[in-house]
Amino acid sequence: MQVAPPTTHTPETQTQLFRYVLQLADTSLILAHRLSEWCGHGPILEQDLALANIALDFLGEARSYYQYAAELEGQGRTEDDLAYLRSAVEYRNPLLVEQPNGDFAATIVRQFIYDTFHYHLLQQLQAGPDTQLAAIAEKSVKEAAYHLKWSSEWIIRLGDGTEESRRRVEQAIASLWRYAGELTTPNATEKELQAAGLVPDYAAMLPQMEAHVARVFEEATLPVPQGVFMQKGGKDGRHTEHLGYLLTELQYMQRTYPGLTW
Amino acid sequence: MNQSEWPLWEVFIRSKQGLDHKHVGSLHAADAEMAIQNARDVYTRRLEGVSIWVVESSHVHASNPDDAAAFYEPANDKIYRHPTFYQVPDSIKHM
Amino acid sequence: METLELTQEEQFQARIDADIRIEPKDWMPDAYRKTLIRQISQHAHSELVGMLPEGNWITRAPSLKRKSILLAKVQDEAGHGLYLYSAAETLGASRDQMLADLHSGKAKYSSIFNYPTLSWADMGCVGWLVDGAAILNQVPLCRTSYGPYARAMVRVCKEESFHQRQGFEIMQTLCEGAPVQKEMAQEALNRWWWPTLMMFGPKDADSPNTAQSMNWRIKRFTNDELRQKFVDMMVPQAEFLGLTVPDPAVKWNADKNGYDFGDVDWEEFWNVVKGNGLCNQERLGARVKAHEEGAWVREAALAHAAKRKQRASEV
Repeated sequence: MQVAPPTTHTPETQTQLFRYVLQLADTSLILAHRLSEWCGHGPILEQDLALANIALDFLGEARSYYQYAAELEGQGRTEDDLAYLRSAVEYRNPLLVEQPNGDFAATIVRQFIYDTFHYHLLQQLQAGPDTQLAAIAEKSVKEAAYHLKWSSEWIIRLGDGTEESRRRVEQAIASLWRYAGELTTPNATEKELQAAGLVPDYAAMLPQMEAHVARVFEEATLPVPQGVFMQKGGKDGRHTEHLGYLLTELQYMQRTYPGLTW
Repeated sequence: MNQSEWPLWEVFIRSKQGLDHKHVGSLHAADAEMAIQNARDVYTRRLEGVSIWVVESSHVHASNPDDAAAFYEPANDKIYRHPTFYQVPDSIKHM
Repeated sequence: METLELTQEEQFQARIDADIRIEPKDWMPDAYRKTLIRQISQHAHSELVGMLPEGNWITRAPSLKRKSILLAKVQDEAGHGLYLYSAAETLGASRDQMLADLHSGKAKYSSIFNYPTLSWADMGCVGWLVDGAAILNQVPLCRTSYGPYARAMVRVCKEESFHQRQGFEIMQTLCEGAPVQKEMAQEALNRWWWPTLMMFGPKDADSPNTAQSMNWRIKRFTNDELRQKFVDMMVPQAEFLGLTVPDPAVKWNADKNGYDFGDVDWEEFWNVVKGNGLCNQERLGARVKAHEEGAWVREAALAHAAKRKQRASEV
């Protein structure tokens, strides 16, 4: 995957970059975990397969980030150490992705919000100056393009489907839209890396993201939410109550039987 | 209950450039776009394809097995359609 | 020379005997069609319900690698269910009807999935033993007389081979690990061994459909033949792992060139088949719930597709 040699950074930047890559890793893992909860319970067999495919993409992406984060940290930790042995306050995923699956509409809305950000983020990252991050992004952006197509089409189907699907998707938007803002609001780490040119300028990504949302919502005959008070904190380790339960399950084996190989 | 069953689609996959699309099975989908995506998720999880066709099953018309004799046996005795029917002298190359 | 008019049924049997595949539009006896729909849909249901006991552990898998493998594996089972429903649909059965029969309890699925998965070692045992038994059942089905079923099974078997290997690898890692891991492996084997032997079905003497199915070449080996094959395969593998098969009667018999082994608890077998297994209610309940909660999603997609068609025709 790495044709170009790894980029070298100053120690300070390297520490910030470690935090940022870890944030990306946590985000992909938590979303993959949520999606994997659908396995065996999807609304129809064909969509069960689709959900699992998306979950596998995110899981693969998470592993690439964790491996890179471990490398940046240089303390000998592995991808599993990072995923399984950090507590909720150390997790850096935005609040959106830890929200429970709810009904299919909630899963679709959560996915659509994240896919919109994810796709546009990876498009920038793949052209970024850090060769390893760019390589991961280049691979993942193709997957993200497919995810965005999938979740966008489902928003349209549910919005412009039956009365019940419309009611459910509206309800999901009402409860999840407040987590959208955090994705494009840089925290301290992101700000520093934006200044160093390593993380894309989210403000510059917004017009394209908003245009996509507007186009999809128009076709779905749904109003784009306005003036929503945005929640934040996940990227700095302040989570909703849901993450603790999720990690309890995710980390069960490693916590119960410390230090073993599986 | 049957009203909510998605229509059945037949799936054809080209496994690599240069080969024909080949029937691989069927699946359910609400529309053609979804049928293609479902086919991608169901039938190409192990790099089995580079191109997908889907056809709603109700649009496939098939020959009747009872006609098999009338349809296919007349070709049996037309061996002169095959190149091996003709003898070419050994000294003639490239034919 | 006297020409004999063969009946349709005799012609059909002659094709079967000549190993010529039967295809969807060919004439076939009603009983053949019914037997196939029953068997293929049961098989499909087993894949579908079979996702649940393993799906159980996707969220608790002990490493990211194992989590990916397990998710991909359970997803494969969804795929296999789909290939099989698709094969049954070529016989005129609708998936909705097959699912309704599953949900009402009219159609059966493999009883093995009514046993609980209690530890990570169960993921090893399900892959190694359960999938191992399934493969023995399934490989001959790649040559079964009905074309679409045989083709679906070729695809299933191709994908299934990684399943057994990953299960064995989980067991091997446990057996080479800490004592607590090896205990976990042995405990799981103790629970899974007998139910796995039950997967081959009742004894030949108690299996009334076997003869007809063999005659139609839907089935190619009897239940007892496959069970013997399985034991012969698995006992040395357990020994390799350093595990003990929980059957004191297991002993090499040079005369028959196979292992002797004890008798399955047939009372337990028939009870689980009847719905009295530990997890019957939960497994079926989970399937019914998923289907019912998915109804509005399926309806919405159809309604939207209809609206689009309508709009396209208005332009």
